[in-house]
Amino acid sequence: MLTAILCLGGIGLIAAATLGVAAKKFAVEVDPREAAVLEALPGANCGACGEPGCSGYAKGVADGRLAPNLCTPGGSATIEAIAAILGIEAVAAEPRVAVVLCQGDNEKATEKYRYLGMADCNAAQKLADGPKTCPGGCLGLGSCAAACPFDAIEMTASGLAVINRDKCTGCEKCVSVCPRQVIVMAPKASTTHVLCNSRDKGAQVRKYCQVGCIGCNICKKTVPEAYQIESFLARVEYEQDENAAAAIEKCPMKCIHDFSTGYPEGSRLGSKKAASGENAAA
Amino acid sequence: MSLKTFAGGLHPPDSKSATAHKPIEACPLPEELIIPAAQHIGAPADICVAVGDQVKKGQVIATAKGFVSVPIHASTSGEVIAVEPRPHPLGRPLPAVVIKPDGEDAWDEALEQHDPAQLVGEELKQLVLAAGIVGMGGATFPAHVKLSPPEEKPIDTLILNGVECEPFLTADHRLMLEESTRVIDGINILRKILGIERAVIGIEANKPDAIEKMTAECAPHNIEVQALEVKYPQGAEKQLIDAVTGRQVPSGGLPMDCGVVVQNVGTAAAISDAVRLGRPLVERVATVTGPGIKEPKNLKIVIGTPLSHMVEFCGGLEGEPGKIIMGGPMMGQTQLSLEVPAIRGTSGLLLFRKGDFSTRPAGPCIRCGRCISVCPIHLQPTTIATYARLNLVDEAESNNALDCIECGCCTYICPATLPLVQSIRHIKGGIMAKRRKS
Repeated sequence: MLTAILCLGGIGLIAAATLGVAAKKFAVEVDPREAAVLEALPGANCGACGEPGCSGYAKGVADGRLAPNLCTPGGSATIEAIAAILGIEAVAAEPRVAVVLCQGDNEKATEKYRYLGMADCNAAQKLADGPKTCPGGCLGLGSCAAACPFDAIEMTASGLAVINRDKCTGCEKCVSVCPRQVIVMAPKASTTHVLCNSRDKGAQVRKYCQVGCIGCNICKKTVPEAYQIESFLARVEYEQDENAAAAIEKCPMKCIHDFSTGYPEGSRLGSKKAASGENAAA
Repeated sequence: MSLKTFAGGLHPPDSKSATAHKPIEACPLPEELIIPAAQHIGAPADICVAVGDQVKKGQVIATAKGFVSVPIHASTSGEVIAVEPRPHPLGRPLPAVVIKPDGEDAWDEALEQHDPAQLVGEELKQLVLAAGIVGMGGATFPAHVKLSPPEEKPIDTLILNGVECEPFLTADHRLMLEESTRVIDGINILRKILGIERAVIGIEANKPDAIEKMTAECAPHNIEVQALEVKYPQGAEKQLIDAVTGRQVPSGGLPMDCGVVVQNVGTAAAISDAVRLGRPLVERVATVTGPGIKEPKNLKIVIGTPLSHMVEFCGGLEGEPGKIIMGGPMMGQTQLSLEVPAIRGTSGLLLFRKGDFSTRPAGPCIRCGRCISVCPIHLQPTTIATYARLNLVDEAESNNALDCIECGCCTYICPATLPLVQSIRHIKGGIMAKRRKS
């Protein structure tokens, strides 16, 4: 009994002493601020900052190599926290969200062929540039929704990706995965967008989509400063967002949408009327 | 004669009876020929003619760009009326030369005739390249590349692919029956280029007349004819080598790694024309068949003939078209319209009506293992497809996804109608992209 206690106790003491010495001798110096910054980050490892993950960004910020406001998912709270840790002034970046520039779901846009393959937009795009006749329209197979680390993308029943503006953190994962470049980044404050991505001529667009931009210039004529038209496709000038909404009712194709009045038709996130009603109630 | 084969594969109904007995008919020239610059694996050719140019049949209209590329030739004499993107079998508009035939079909006088006995291997190979010869089985791999094995890889056997294992197609079958002299002449030229003696023609046992004819005619030339079991994909390069020689091409390797070169019988016939007559590859035999066509036929078509013209010559469509396939039903490409032209790899045109084929949406994998038992490469298609769905590139790579020959056996046999080949092809693209990056 006594031998056993002595033996084990002895081994314990020797091991403790060795570890104690080793811990002092081989200690790796870690900038305490790096650990603190990592603690303050959301931990989604989304890559929005340009680093492979949060720990890389934390190291970069602590080293002074990276700016403290690159973490879009964290928003202003994270930036303030980082600024407090580093003892510098907080410069909040303008929050940005992703927008799907398309409303042409299975009911509103035509298809070149019936696609029965794997549910992946990039795989479908390889087959004759995708089943949708429109060369820029959302394929609706959900590759962006699968890539979103924040569960912010909804696929509607009729095959269209809609981005939840409250959940979107602006990490741009969806932008890089989309084979048709139909998702763009825009300031969160800009709520009016032309939801179309077809650069074809108007006559052609009409053939394959009920809600496609035909480049008719009416929006630009209505509010000249808020719209620009390039390759038969209208775009909102984001600085002029508050004026842009005036052209919504004039658009003959109904492809201009103001997200402050809710999400496009077919989205479970709330249709135009429901959303505005709720907003009014709130 | 015993029937040789490989392990795996399956037996789809061969459906060749509609055209197997029909002699090859020459399809008349259409109003305009659409000749794309991209008709082969490798870099598309550079178009070197302009609108308004008068061209002769066999004149080069696009030059080869790089080693793995071939020139493209005018398929008839006439005027170039457009050089612009036109619908292509790949499903998108691609650069093409549009020729309005002048009706004379006059060959370019500059084309020289040669006697293969007077030329050495390297000269013959240059003639093959100049004639734009590509694999006529459908893969359209430039023939001169296959005929240029590096010195450290000695070749001892030439295999001629007369298998035609794709259901419905009978173009190679008719070619062997009707133009055996050209085929055998081409084989002799190929043997001279490669500097080897042994040549074997592999033919599936469902073409007994072709086996009989080729056996009789090949005997004096010391060319073997090997009857092969009727099984898909017996005509796939690696499976054919396995069946004929018992050798297996190593993973990631080429036929030359086990001392073999494989060429299609149609390619051999085209090589004969290229050398003896100096004529480039401007025409080929294609089978137009399927339940959606009135009179199925074997046609000799000029390259660039719109599919609609071929359909018209075969009596028109029967019923409402549901699916158009260029090539065979297992590996062919579905077409969006009949406006696309036939190209050098067009071995057939299949027309199906609505309701002739299943459009059942895919269900979950029931883990029955049928795809594994039919895979001629002995891969696990369902596992790789799962990795593809989850975009796990490294896992798919370690399961040898790159060895998949995309024969379509797994997709054909899958009771859940899962798009297995498409998934594997998708992840193969991902693996190649990853390799390019690193």
